[in-house]
Amino acid sequence: MAAEVAMPVNESEFRTCSATGFKVHLPAEALIKANAVAAVVCILVGGTAALLIAMTRWPAVHLLPADWFYRLLTLHGLDMLVAWIVFFEVAGLYFGSTVLLNARLVKPKLGWFAFALMVLGGALINIIVLMGKADVMFTAYVPLKAHPIFYIGVILFAVGALIAVGLFFATIAVAKKEKTYEGSLPLVVYGLATAAIIATYTLLSGAFAFVPALFWVLGWIPNYDPSVYRNLFWSFGHPAQQINLAAMVAIWYALAAITTGAKPLNEKLSRLAFVLYLLFINLGSAHHLLVDPGLSFAYKAFNTSYMMYLAVLGSMIHAYSIPGAVEVALRKKGHNRGLLGWLRNAPWKEPGFSALVISMVLFGWIGGVTGVTLGTEQLNMVGHNTMRIPGHFHATVVAGTTTAFMAFTYYLIPLIFRRELKLKKWASLQPFVFGAGITMVSIGMITAGIQGVSRRHWDISNVGTLPGTVYVSLTLLGIGALIAVTGLIMYLAVVLSSVLSKKQYDPQSLTLVQAATTAGSEAEAEGRFSPKGTFAIVLAFLMFFAAFYLANWWLLGKTWMVR
Amino acid sequence: MFPPERVWWKPLDRMEKNWVTIAFIWCLFMTAMMPIWFFMGRQNVPVTSYRVEPQAFQQKVMDFAEQYKIGDENGVPVVAPPPGDVYLLARQWQWYPILQLKKGETYRLHVSSLDVLHGLSIQPTNLNFQVIPGYDYVIELTPTDSGEFSLVCNEYCEIGHHIMVSKLMVTE
Repeated sequence: MAAEVAMPVNESEFRTCSATGFKVHLPAEALIKANAVAAVVCILVGGTAALLIAMTRWPAVHLLPADWFYRLLTLHGLDMLVAWIVFFEVAGLYFGSTVLLNARLVKPKLGWFAFALMVLGGALINIIVLMGKADVMFTAYVPLKAHPIFYIGVILFAVGALIAVGLFFATIAVAKKEKTYEGSLPLVVYGLATAAIIATYTLLSGAFAFVPALFWVLGWIPNYDPSVYRNLFWSFGHPAQQINLAAMVAIWYALAAITTGAKPLNEKLSRLAFVLYLLFINLGSAHHLLVDPGLSFAYKAFNTSYMMYLAVLGSMIHAYSIPGAVEVALRKKGHNRGLLGWLRNAPWKEPGFSALVISMVLFGWIGGVTGVTLGTEQLNMVGHNTMRIPGHFHATVVAGTTTAFMAFTYYLIPLIFRRELKLKKWASLQPFVFGAGITMVSIGMITAGIQGVSRRHWDISNVGTLPGTVYVSLTLLGIGALIAVTGLIMYLAVVLSSVLSKKQYDPQSLTLVQAATTAGSEAEAEGRFSPKGTFAIVLAFLMFFAAFYLANWWLLGKTWMVR
Repeated sequence: MFPPERVWWKPLDRMEKNWVTIAFIWCLFMTAMMPIWFFMGRQNVPVTSYRVEPQAFQQKVMDFAEQYKIGDENGVPVVAPPPGDVYLLARQWQWYPILQLKKGETYRLHVSSLDVLHGLSIQPTNLNFQVIPGYDYVIELTPTDSGEFSLVCNEYCEIGHHIMVSKLMVTE
């Protein structure tokens, strides 16, 4: 599969993958492993916090005292939204820039330095938060004050990540020069590069927000305008999720290719969609400032629409082109009956495939639809800081990104850790369990938020005017969290039992559970297949999107007059 | 996953063109909704705000509460002002004062914070605004229902955040 090309560098630093023929740079492999392990540790800590805070918001349980609720909520946000995802993305960036390009990582030592900074930063954050010196939430809004070590931790972590991103670009540049791959970058690497470019300005914005905050806490600067901080923070906080988005979409393309042999329908269209992200998605930072004083309608409306929703258009393109590619691949293999026959015959036991579908459906139908709605200037008034917000981003970042990343880990185990995947049945089941749990969490939060329940709130029982039905929503959230944590434990069990097994394993195929079906030549001869089923699905999606969006305008139209 | 063919910039096929067109029209519709509602809708995000010193704002609220006070509830004055400028102070962990408004009348509700960020959430109407120290946010509000409403702080403001719940009365 991979082109045999001359390696101008030390051949002994490479091995050839038995399943793909890719050349794997061993120093890069070690770094991929280290970052992936760190990511898994973070999700373990963050997941424990998730369980405890969800059990507190479930009114019948109401587990933690208030101070520990806010403390662990802070920890959960940082370990999950930042540490788990960024460590995993760094692993993904090294994987994409070396293995997929048959290339060497340019400066492995610098990679280890970056890793050390990130581990140190992450550890400092965790320690200072657990000591109770930084109960400021993920957002750490000035003038809330945390211990200086908190800001130092965030800054160290960001600098480490920035170095890793720099290594990714340098590695691609050297690979191009050393001709380890031919022509254009593969689409997956192209998507990762989009994520890396977004990461660069995101992490710089993080520095612009946090460095003055540190100086302010130390008393070196007398004032830090809270509104300016909010603007700078969200130039970091929101695009940080767009890194996840771009990386997740890249991984979607990878999972589709691994599990069904799908090839992009139209490279130009998919690449264009990534460029749309790059150009417009950062404007989404303003979504958090829509009901802030001090900003004009024009500013809010321009930014919130990502300049005419062009970044949303990017997502809608991927929403068509990825399932479309899967559909065409499966139809080519002879599953050509009816509109959706290909879907029935898809490899549902293969965790990469089921996770791809679950991730895409939950990301788009719940996360995307609620995100665009909440991010509409006027509609934000009936959603801002209610539980609809975490409801939205648990659908995007957890149901979407985390489900996809978890499944991708399973494929890294034979390819990078060179261990056979254990507990295969658990792995097959895991995306369904995790997906079901997070769906309940997300819908519980969204419906609670629509009824007025505030996010980041220890106890709602003293808000007399909330309808009794909010308890149904919050119970759904609690039960969903238990199921999702079960899915997380299954993931950890599969990963740990595989990685910790002694025996080296050289995979012969890319897939884990179901055999890789090769394209039948007979079917291929039938010529071009068009993704009719996908077209029907995306049209149904658009109808649902429109219904939800317009229902929210109706809801807004019923409230008090406000100007 | 694998490098594409040498020439990958191919024209879109019919189905791709259709989907991109439909999706783009939807994007344009959503873009248009905001200015349309801005000019025609009755619920728009307030855009008026002033810089204010937190201490000066607090003084203003105290004077205002003194002037229109009609009662007292747990030490917080209940205030029934005429339509026009009304004031609400957010501070750890209290809304001050308790406002009594009239249904159908329009008020210019000034809200700001004395200390950290707070969130003004009127329930169950479910209207939510950010409250930032140093900024006097002017919300032109016309209640269209009467009764007792909750004011909930929905921006984390340290340990007492969840006790920062008050009420807003609207009379016929």
